[in-house]
Amino acid sequence: MSAIYILWLRELKRYTRSRAQIVASLGQPMLYLLVLGFGLGPVFKRAGNGDYFQFIAPGVIGMSVLFSSIFSGLGLLWDRQFGFLKETLVAPVSRLQIMIGRTLGGATVACIQGLLVMVICLLAGFRPAHFSAIPLALGFMVLIAVLFAALGMAIGSGLQDMQGFQLIMNFLVMPVYFLSGAIFPLNDTKSVLKYITRADPLSYGIDGMRNVLGASNSAFDPRLDFIVLVIVGAIFLIFGAYRFSKIEI
Amino acid sequence: MIRVQNLVKTFGTFTAVNDVSFDVAEGEIFAFLGPNGAGKTTTIKMLTTLLKPTSGEIELDGLNPQTHQNEARKRFGIVFQDPSLDGDLTACENMEIHGVLYHVPHKIRRQRAEELLKLFELWDRRDDQVKKFSGGMKRRLEIARGFLHTPKILFLDEPTLGLDPQSRNQLWTHVKSVNESERVTVFLTTHYMDEADRVAHRVGVIDHGKLVAQGTPNAIKEQTGTGSLEEAFLKLTGSTIRDESANAADQMRQFAKMWSGGRR
Repeated sequence: MSAIYILWLRELKRYTRSRAQIVASLGQPMLYLLVLGFGLGPVFKRAGNGDYFQFIAPGVIGMSVLFSSIFSGLGLLWDRQFGFLKETLVAPVSRLQIMIGRTLGGATVACIQGLLVMVICLLAGFRPAHFSAIPLALGFMVLIAVLFAALGMAIGSGLQDMQGFQLIMNFLVMPVYFLSGAIFPLNDTKSVLKYITRADPLSYGIDGMRNVLGASNSAFDPRLDFIVLVIVGAIFLIFGAYRFSKIEI
Repeated sequence: MIRVQNLVKTFGTFTAVNDVSFDVAEGEIFAFLGPNGAGKTTTIKMLTTLLKPTSGEIELDGLNPQTHQNEARKRFGIVFQDPSLDGDLTACENMEIHGVLYHVPHKIRRQRAEELLKLFELWDRRDDQVKKFSGGMKRRLEIARGFLHTPKILFLDEPTLGLDPQSRNQLWTHVKSVNESERVTVFLTTHYMDEADRVAHRVGVIDHGKLVAQGTPNAIKEQTGTGSLEEAFLKLTGSTIRDESANAADQMRQFAKMWSGGRR
């Protein structure tokens, strides 16, 4: 237990010490929120879909949780190259504990990041149906964060260099974001796009947040969102733990 | 204490370690010598559960590090050849993580960390982030960390690389003292033959993945008819210079240096 705790604490310390990075990582969500939110708002309204800003805010929160959690898993690449990974792998602690500590640490950081973006959304004019919905939204953030931190861990376990990192960024992280219904409503999607968006776990995370926050255009039942996230999250955790246990240096 | 039999490790078509066998007795200091790329670090990685051998057998204190990973890990400590510190954390925090991972009780952890940081003259900088340390200081911290728990076997992979003579002297004095007072078995590699000659009870010389000689430093000198371990080493391994190609990690470190304003 203490090993899990100390590795969790390490992720948190590293996060709070890189202040420049915290600010930098808020830049992209803010761009989406303000530029798309206000830029596409009038078109969205004319199409009869309601207030776009209310719609995109949960999407942008989900985006920051996604990026932050998956990067924490890919942070394994840094630790591999700068050597700290070896230090943990030769210690008399099971790989499972190391993996859990790191994943929970990364997920916690991602949730903090998500809450920061939520505060920005509230300041910019986002209004949830009721403020008591915020803890429920946080619940969905936790599910998204754990799911993608575990996925990041599974991928990071096999990454050897920076080139691989770029590949993951362009062919996994960006598509997961764009196909999640973060920036367009899922209930109108047709044909192939419909199936792809439904295969994206982030869709259910963002939809879950929309449901509890009372934002317009949610696509699924909140219970379905919850169940899908829990099941896929559990599968990714097992997969991540398996991949982590196979690391050789 | 360490038993290695017919150990082989291949990477694709390249054989890094080729049929190596040796024994290290309890309480012994064994120096593993060899030119760059001879297979020293690969051997240590297999001994310390980081790599799976292609074939052959390893026993650490009677345990197979493959099947009893955690039990085997409890028995050894290691100072790596290349850095393994977390640069964003302070010296104290790096020590603390190590202590927790090795189940050193809280009080002893604090006390030993203080002693070791003082011994390696890092106590004044204990609350500074490690990324602000010089190369020598980082090295000293790695070594201090390696001594935080008292293992039965201590692996030192080129521990004196980049250390000044004072720190080197400090290190070997400390290694000898834990070896004598706590009967810690030491398995070390080094490029400094005089150190091996002075510290090690026995040495093994490895070249191109094969063990070419082993015995006490004096026996090896006699066997090769030379006056010093350095001459004996050159006679055994030839005088051509070996180069290791830069691996992904080296390339990334270079990259990180360019972006030194970044994470580390």
